[in-house]
Amino acid sequence: MSTASQSIKPPQPYANPYLAGIGLGLVLLAAFVIMGRGLGASSAFTAIVTTGVHAVAPAHAQANPYYAEYLGDGTTSPLMDWTVFEVVGVVVGGFLSGTLAGRVRTGVERGPRISNTGRLMYAFVGGGLMGIGARLARGCTSGQALTGGALLNVGSWAFMMCVFAGGYAFAWFMRRQWQ
Amino acid sequence: MIAPFYKFGLFGDNVSLVMAFVIGIGFGFALERAGFGSARKLVAQFYLTDLSVFKVMFSAIVTAMVGLFFLAAFGLVDLSLVYLTPTYLLPQIVGGLILGVGFVVGGYCPGTSCVAAATGKYDGFVFLAGVLAGSFVFAEAFSLVDDFYYATPMGSITLPQQFHMSYGLLVFAVILMAVGGFAGATRLERWMASRKEARA
Repeated sequence: MSTASQSIKPPQPYANPYLAGIGLGLVLLAAFVIMGRGLGASSAFTAIVTTGVHAVAPAHAQANPYYAEYLGDGTTSPLMDWTVFEVVGVVVGGFLSGTLAGRVRTGVERGPRISNTGRLMYAFVGGGLMGIGARLARGCTSGQALTGGALLNVGSWAFMMCVFAGGYAFAWFMRRQWQ
Repeated sequence: MIAPFYKFGLFGDNVSLVMAFVIGIGFGFALERAGFGSARKLVAQFYLTDLSVFKVMFSAIVTAMVGLFFLAAFGLVDLSLVYLTPTYLLPQIVGGLILGVGFVVGGYCPGTSCVAAATGKYDGFVFLAGVLAGSFVFAEAFSLVDDFYYATPMGSITLPQQFHMSYGLLVFAVILMAVGGFAGATRLERWMASRKEARA
């Protein structure tokens, strides 16, 4: 049950999953052909964190090899990055599609047996786990599963199977949140 | 060979950021069309009631994989210039498991949470804050985990190279697996729906 506010226009149903998947695949193929790289998401957040830490404590950021990689030679901001610009595009594209389909509405999405606060707490914890896991795996569902999946990358396929395994293994503990 | 265009110097770094923005719009649009701005739609994959995550993901993988295979076969794309993330097997296995747990706890992954936030979901915004926090924790703790982070390096390697199989044969195997998976997924969805009806 969604607590989303009502708008006048009823939301359109979602696209056929195979059609949406082919569209997504063509976007990914375009990235390969135009750029010689796939899609990404999680590294944009590390670029944002790096920028923030560097602004507050520049010496601390430069001493950390993980931030240092994102800072580069220091001549350009970590935000002048391909994935950062791509993620800004994702927000715009998502908003555009949602607007056209009447699916933009504010609210908290949750199952019927959990409070808004509970749901938001889980969202934060889940996001935190994702941030850690994606850094450890060198990518998330976009950069590893989708991109590496299409490139038949060994590590990406191992990663993808483990994402599904982890999700299924933990689903039972989270059933009260969703069902 | 004419592609990847960027690698052949058809445009520079500034234009590549414009390309990133445009490709990102397509990415976000496709995710929202699929319903992936909705946490309940995404996690339904793990409760077997709606297997759209699998269907969308594998139609996308097959589309891009087959397209790239033929473009390379016709000599239009130089595959060696398409970036392949190096494999570090153990940290990627553990990272994948953590990510999977995070998916069913938080309801999104980093890309889909952007779409959720863009379409007004507060839980999408909070999830994004979590991703930032997690990235911060990882970077701050990097000196504690860097040995594991660089463990089991295998280099940039593909499945056909690893298993000494032909590229075409593996592409074909993935197509068969996906088509079989689609049929199985639809049957499973129907079975779950009939089970729910019987209980109601």
